[in-house]
Amino acid sequence: MTATAERRGAREQGRLGRTPWVLVVPAACGLAFLVLPLAGLLVRAPWSTLPRRLAEPQVLEALRLSLVTASAATLVCLVLGVPLAWVLARVSFPGRRLVRALVTIPLVLPPVVGGVALLLVLGRRGLIGQWLEAAFGVTLPFTTAGVVVAEAFVAMPFLVISVEGALRAADPRYEEAAATLGASRWTIFRRVTLPLVAPGIVAGAVLCWARALGEFGATITFAGNFPGRTQTMPLAVYLALETEPEAAIVLSLVLLAVSVAILASLRDRWVGGA
Amino acid sequence: MTPFRKSRRWLAVLAVTTGVMAGAAACGTGGGSGRPGQAGQATPAAGTVTVFAAASLTGAFTELGKAFEAANPGVTVRFNFGSSATLAQQITQGAPADVFAAASPATMKTVTDASLASAPITFVRNKLQIAVPAGNPAKVDELKDLADPKVKVALCAAQVPCGAAAAKALAAAGLKVTPVTLEQDVKATLTKVVLGEVDAALVYRTDVLASGGEVSGIDFPEARQAVNDYPIAALAKAPAGDLARRFVDLVLSQRGRDVLAEAGFELP
Repeated sequence: MTATAERRGAREQGRLGRTPWVLVVPAACGLAFLVLPLAGLLVRAPWSTLPRRLAEPQVLEALRLSLVTASAATLVCLVLGVPLAWVLARVSFPGRRLVRALVTIPLVLPPVVGGVALLLVLGRRGLIGQWLEAAFGVTLPFTTAGVVVAEAFVAMPFLVISVEGALRAADPRYEEAAATLGASRWTIFRRVTLPLVAPGIVAGAVLCWARALGEFGATITFAGNFPGRTQTMPLAVYLALETEPEAAIVLSLVLLAVSVAILASLRDRWVGGA
Repeated sequence: MTPFRKSRRWLAVLAVTTGVMAGAAACGTGGGSGRPGQAGQATPAAGTVTVFAAASLTGAFTELGKAFEAANPGVTVRFNFGSSATLAQQITQGAPADVFAAASPATMKTVTDASLASAPITFVRNKLQIAVPAGNPAKVDELKDLADPKVKVALCAAQVPCGAAAAKALAAAGLKVTPVTLEQDVKATLTKVVLGEVDAALVYRTDVLASGGEVSGIDFPEARQAVNDYPIAALAKAPAGDLARRFVDLVLSQRGRDVLAEAGFELP
């Protein structure tokens, strides 16, 4: 060991030594608080009947529907949410702060209320819904598309906030340089801005997907509950809870296992384990 | 030296974490089991009776609660209205309830099976009606109209009492109805009718009455085959003890019967 290496080691030690207990203790408490309920699920899980319950076709159907709708909702959020975040971060216009506050409404609105609000707008007698039905014969409530709408409504703010944060943190000089070289604003967005904030978009999409996967209130209110069409895993869990708490635990564990597996693999792959 | 110090620090962190977890766990079990046991009896919150009742009893029981408070000065009645199945789960998990009024014998059985109540009494019955939105756009007037694929129907999920009753009535009529949705409780089913999202739904007569004219109810003969009995019982470990029995007596009295009949319930 050379003297410099030792010095560096000592310095790292010093850095580690300053890890303040004031932060470590609440951090440990916070982790325990988040993880303990999961332990409760694992302890009460009916392990002996687990394989039989998992093989039930309704479980797989609900799981498939959950994965498909959450992914579709994430796609919708990306197509609409990334431009929205860009406008909020890069275009100054009067009332921008108000618009930013409006974007977060689904975060504070109880999802059930969000579902009723969607019905009032997109329902059969809703402001836009009645027109949709008259003109195209399209009705969204009680359809799989309705599930996607409900999930996208609730999950979009997560994507917008995350992408807007990434855009604000990105160095504006790259975009300015591209502009001085004669690139149009659309080209800059496509060739400079998007690659620059890609990690932020992926992180936002992951968050958005996870929220959509767990969505319950808006979905059951707007899209109803019918196996194979609108019954996602959280809905199946809720109804199983009424009569068979053990089945509900099994369903929750499946949902948890699948989402943790997907989120963990995504993080390693795209966000560099950050 | 370095790895050693490091690992010791990790051990310390681990020790704190497990300590916190153990503490939290102890807290959890302490709070959970202590409530209905000694702690609950030592502090009966003198003069409070806690009633867990099916959501469909909300209007009638709120009125009876006021009457009970008026007749017993200093006594407060607290209600927890909700799905009978959920309430039954809460009671078996140790929720501090004095009285349980359920919308079906099956949900009451969850509680009596756990020896938390005995000898429940059927105090009212509830019958299904076809609920249609104002104006009845799909021109529904009897049960077999619901089998028409053009009519959008909402039913309660089979797991909740109103769904079980609906399935029984449809089976009695020999009808196969494909609903667009199976709702999580009777109020959610009714909401879909109020908003006009469905053309018809099977809900309780009392819910149609409580909606205050926003939906109309249609009686149908097959409802006779699917009458729901509502049992009530004072709970064995009732923290309020005697008050619990007195509240049940009020529900069973002539006064109670009048209020419940007015809300649309049938009396046994």
